[in-house]
Amino acid sequence: MGSLNFADLNWQEMLEATLATIKMLAYSGLFTIILGLPLGIVLYLWGRSNSIVIRVIYSVLSFVVNILRSVPFIILMVALIPFSKSIVGTSIGVLGTIPALVIGASPFLARLVETALREVDRGVIEAAQGMGASTSQIVTRVLLPEARPGLFAAATITLVTLVSYTAMSGMVGGGGLGDLAIRYGYYRYQKEVMIISVALMVLLVQLLQMAGDRLVRHFTRK
Amino acid sequence: MIEIRGLTKVYGKGDKAATALSGLNLSIKKGEIFGVIGHSGAGKSTLIRCINLLERPTEGEIWVDGVELTKLNRGQLQEQRRKIGMIFQHFNLLSSATVYDNIAFPLRLTGSTRPDIDLKVKDLLALVGLEEHSDKYPAQLSGGQKQRVGVARALASDPDVLLCDEATSALDPQTTDSILRLLLDINKRFHLTIVLITHEMHVIQSICDRVAVIHGGGIVEEGEVTEVFLKPQHEITRDFIRSETQNEGPLRAAIEAKQGEYSKAVKITFLGQKTYDSTLSQVARETGVNFAILQGTISTLKDVPYGQLIVRFEGPAAAIEITIAELTAQGLDVEVIS
Repeated sequence: MGSLNFADLNWQEMLEATLATIKMLAYSGLFTIILGLPLGIVLYLWGRSNSIVIRVIYSVLSFVVNILRSVPFIILMVALIPFSKSIVGTSIGVLGTIPALVIGASPFLARLVETALREVDRGVIEAAQGMGASTSQIVTRVLLPEARPGLFAAATITLVTLVSYTAMSGMVGGGGLGDLAIRYGYYRYQKEVMIISVALMVLLVQLLQMAGDRLVRHFTRK
Repeated sequence: MIEIRGLTKVYGKGDKAATALSGLNLSIKKGEIFGVIGHSGAGKSTLIRCINLLERPTEGEIWVDGVELTKLNRGQLQEQRRKIGMIFQHFNLLSSATVYDNIAFPLRLTGSTRPDIDLKVKDLLALVGLEEHSDKYPAQLSGGQKQRVGVARALASDPDVLLCDEATSALDPQTTDSILRLLLDINKRFHLTIVLITHEMHVIQSICDRVAVIHGGGIVEEGEVTEVFLKPQHEITRDFIRSETQNEGPLRAAIEAKQGEYSKAVKITFLGQKTYDSTLSQVARETGVNFAILQGTISTLKDVPYGQLIVRFEGPAAAIEITIAELTAQGLDVEVIS
């Protein structure tokens, strides 16, 4: 083990990798929410339906979600290479990783959303039904506002998970800090790059968690 | 106003089926405060939840203001439900919304305009006495204040009917009374039909015009509160009333303390203005009979005065007979106990 030397680090490359990771996070986070939130709402609504047909559809959907959640992300990424190519034209780099990140994280978020919605007091929902609220009004005016702290917590956990997914994507040609850590830190034994990359990701996770906790606290009324 | 015909509610299927209500009929008039009293598990909660179809009846018809709710589709039902307000034991307010926004909730559902909502909500805040708490969240309010928000919210859509599902059961006695006064006030002011369910006779006695006693999924007794309260027919009804007015043990002791040929214990019931007259002492003086009061209540049923005295007459048997006959002739109800 030689001594560490941070002086020769390519800080320019570090910065670019950090920005690339943030970019991946931002896009994949956005699309994960766009996909995962409605999916979670649908899971919640269908899971409580009285109709047998809908309950069957729910079981199927729930099964698919479970499959996607149990496949290791690294394998999912490889399996999704053709899919990524067909959507964004490439399966590598920042852009090529985003479809796999979204497919990997959406079912995860959907389950968390479903759980958060289940925490909403049944009595409040009934009160709204009693006042003549339609299902869509109950979703937008009761479920989502009442579950807001839980939903922010779910989004935070999902984003943190996405940070580790982006790092993993470095193994199969993704970009960002994970890619840097693998290429320089692991393949070329440049421990300094590895340490800094990991430290930056830890910092990123800390910041996300703090921001998330703050939002949760801000919207908690109980 | 509300007609319930052949209402049956069965939970579950097959072996696990449990019948909550069986073939229940009830008719509630416009503008009255109708109370349903029963022990927990008697089916009263299911009954009130069937009125706005939060609980769908297994069989039977629910008519509210001439509309058969059980025949409506989803959209029509949502429309009708806006005319039926409801308040709950646990208030069921939106914890994420302020008092103002909670009251505005039903108005926003129907897409009322902002100035209309503001006007209405401010009116209601004043009605329930919560003007200063407009920007607070439910968690910052006391139980009584939360229920006032519940009442205001239920009234926001100008309903014809207000359903109260154990609305005072989670409140202390003083707060219960203040909420009951509020209900009575809005009943008079808006000529609102109120249906309430409770396990407390006190609630029925305070504000109801008519009462139904529910037991084992059916109505066992029904009528004017004065009638049912003063002359209960069914054992369950007697239980409720006894626990409210009488103290069984001490009463028996008082009756047994002095028994004999020349004494007779009777229950005298006064109703209306007679409650405040000196009929008893006048009659006793005329017949020369002495009396001892063993137990008694003088109170009101809603706003009708009533009294119920357990009295022991002492004197010659014939004189006691005449006394009883005279009291009956004066319009009092006399029942010989021993």
